[in-house]
Amino acid sequence: MDADETIKISVRNLNFYYAGGHQALFGNSIDIPAHRITAVIGPSGCGKSTHLRVYNRIFELYRGQRAEGEVRIDGKNILDRDVDVLELRRKVGMIFQKPTPFPMSVFDNVAYPMRLHFKLSKSEIADRVEYALRGASLWDEVKDKLKKSGLALSGGQQQRLCIARAIAAEPEILLMDEPTSAVDPVATLKIEDLVLQLRDKFTVVIVTHNMQQASRISDYTAFFYKGEIVEFDKTETIFTNPSHKKTEEYITGRFG
Amino acid sequence: MNDSGKTLISSACTDRVFRIAAAGSALLAPLLLAALLIQLGVGSAPAWREFGPGFLIGTEWDPVRNVYGALPAIVGTLLTTALALLFAIPPAFVTALWLVDAPPGIGEILSQALDLLAAIPSVIYGMWGLFVLVPVMQDHVQPFLSDTLLFGKIPFFGEYGNGFGFLTASLILALMILPYISAVMRNVFRMTPAVLRESAFGVGCTRWETAKDIVMRYGIRGLLGGIFIGLGRALGETMAVLFVIGNVVALPEDLYASGTTIAATLANNFAEADGVLRAVLFALGLILLLLALGVQMIAQYYLALTGAGRGER
Amino acid sequence: MTTIPLNKRRGLFRRKLVDRIVGVLSVAALVLAIGGMAWILWTVFARGASVLSWEFFVNPSKPYGALNAGIGNALLGTVAITLGAAAMGIPPAILAGIYLAEFGKGTKLGNAIRFAANVMMGMPSVVAGLFVYAVLVIPMGGFSGFAGSVALAFLMFPVVLRTTEDMLLMVPDSLRESALALGCSRARTALRIICRSARGGLVTGILLAIARVSGETAPLLFTALWSDAWPKNYFTGPTANLPVLITEYATNSPFEEQHAAGWGASLVVTLLVLALNISCRIIFKEKHHGR
Repeated sequence: MDADETIKISVRNLNFYYAGGHQALFGNSIDIPAHRITAVIGPSGCGKSTHLRVYNRIFELYRGQRAEGEVRIDGKNILDRDVDVLELRRKVGMIFQKPTPFPMSVFDNVAYPMRLHFKLSKSEIADRVEYALRGASLWDEVKDKLKKSGLALSGGQQQRLCIARAIAAEPEILLMDEPTSAVDPVATLKIEDLVLQLRDKFTVVIVTHNMQQASRISDYTAFFYKGEIVEFDKTETIFTNPSHKKTEEYITGRFG
Repeated sequence: MNDSGKTLISSACTDRVFRIAAAGSALLAPLLLAALLIQLGVGSAPAWREFGPGFLIGTEWDPVRNVYGALPAIVGTLLTTALALLFAIPPAFVTALWLVDAPPGIGEILSQALDLLAAIPSVIYGMWGLFVLVPVMQDHVQPFLSDTLLFGKIPFFGEYGNGFGFLTASLILALMILPYISAVMRNVFRMTPAVLRESAFGVGCTRWETAKDIVMRYGIRGLLGGIFIGLGRALGETMAVLFVIGNVVALPEDLYASGTTIAATLANNFAEADGVLRAVLFALGLILLLLALGVQMIAQYYLALTGAGRGER
Repeated sequence: MTTIPLNKRRGLFRRKLVDRIVGVLSVAALVLAIGGMAWILWTVFARGASVLSWEFFVNPSKPYGALNAGIGNALLGTVAITLGAAAMGIPPAILAGIYLAEFGKGTKLGNAIRFAANVMMGMPSVVAGLFVYAVLVIPMGGFSGFAGSVALAFLMFPVVLRTTEDMLLMVPDSLRESALALGCSRARTALRIICRSARGGLVTGILLAIARVSGETAPLLFTALWSDAWPKNYFTGPTANLPVLITEYATNSPFEEQHAAGWGASLVVTLLVLALNISCRIIFKEKHHGR
């Protein structure tokens, strides 16, 4: 890790269990630097999404799933009971595989999290909606259809709308769970550009099955295999000089 | 060659016969509906001739002089239905919400129990209402509302009653339609994509915020569908109301007053009905049918509208 | 743009409190609804069980004061009226459901028929009674069990139609296409698919429709009416049945004995309907097991 980098998320010995006791993560430990893009790669079923879903405790929606260990964000273990999940989830935004615009207008999609968490005047909200939509490189495309349903946008636009929505709540961390897997190649490139821009303001953790994507946009890469973090290093190092045989096999496409 | 040719012809033939029979059966639905409207229209003609459109706003019901008006029955129907919906929708919504998220075992059992509530025949509700609920209303609920909560001071609420009347009928109706509405709402909640709920929680919603802001909007068509199913049930329900409404043809003075509904009036009067009274009953039946059809059509229209408005694929 | 200052944060306490309150209200509503049902069922059992005896089931109902009155005639009449309704209502309903699912998908006629069926489902049962009263009872010169069957068939028709359509639409198109590709006719395909895949669902739909009408009272008031006799005059005269018996005894009789008999009949009807319902659920569950 470089000298000018600080640690945003520090995970120690994280174990995760699904309902029925099936263990999905084994002793994960990782330090994710602030204002960097960290890619999480690995074959499907390796636990990379599961790992991400611990950061905002979204797994708690499902009965029987539990996480053990430490996940420190700015030093505070978010798995502690006294952590407020509503505040945690405001601070840690999440983008899902499939675009999930809320069933409301484009404007309201972005305004909704603001109204939820902040007391703002109408004009303040309007300003910040524009700001968030600009931040998601979507403003020019939707400024004339703010009143239209969010579901009326194209798939790629929907995904950027979800990013705008996540930005609107003023998070510090953005979790992205294969955000481009459901959109076409052109939209994928736009979203990748966007993610690169977001790097300045947020700490981004992105799960991807696309290794070109990981090497194109990320600063750091973690390789997951069977619920363990096999290797975590600068992306360049991982892709040019991995220290584990498994990592090398995976990035050269020998399995996965 | 010959054989297969024969089979082909005969199978084409049965296919045709089958298709015609199926189409004919399917056409029964609109035809029966049309027959219903025509028959009730024709049957009620003498009543319209006798009383004119004023029948709709007439308040008299005098079998001796043969003068009848529909307003008390219409108002009674609308009042009981509105109250029943008022009582039933909020608990139906929250129970559905809770059941969907409940621990699997308990949720399953309670859902099934709630469904069975809908299966109990309405005459049983009527029986229970007459012999159990009416005395309880008279001896406990009405005094409590009037003396302890001082609801009697509210205009139109009513101070004292004999247990029969609009409030009791509405309560029974609410209990009857609650499981219908709740069942539809449960299905709506279950059909909400998990990832949509996750993204709602993901921006920091509580359970209730997720439900009212996201899930409710997403499934509004289904939720309205459930409400309209309940509305239709309440509108035309006869037996549960008949037993407890008091069966007095009069405009409601307050919620404890005895009154009537269209369905109860029909059931009460058909036996001795002939001449003008029979036509009057057909006219009431026609009004009830048109109300029910109206409910259905508004529902369908509104659903189509919201569906398009939300830009669904 | 600057970040939103802390003093504009919305407090979490109120949001969480509202969430808690809704949770508590949900449980309260559930307790109220299930409690209401338990109260009804308990009343029916407590007041109805004591009059049940062998004689109660096999003896016919009698005017007040006569010894050994029962509900045998009403029980038999209810079975006859319901079976008659099923015989008249179900076959055309299934055919119509097949039509909608196999030929009427997306067509204007199909949509119109579906609309009519939906509207019919929302039709008050008392109106069906009134209609049959007008077209059968008045012309035939009197009430009859048969007229009751017609009224109930009227109510079953749209229910079975829609379940049939839904069940057939749940059958994957691949199955339909492969049957057609084998050279089966549309008719054959439809029937074969029903036999193979949709049977469980169909039986459930039929049973549910029967359960729904077997407790129906209002239409029978206008058609079958009521009689103390055995249901020999199914086609020609008023026919005894349980729901109207309950109504008569509860509302038109001042006598405790008849109220008690009414509770007994209520218990029988309730058990009948609940048994039908529960068996539907079991069948449906077994069919959908492992999905």
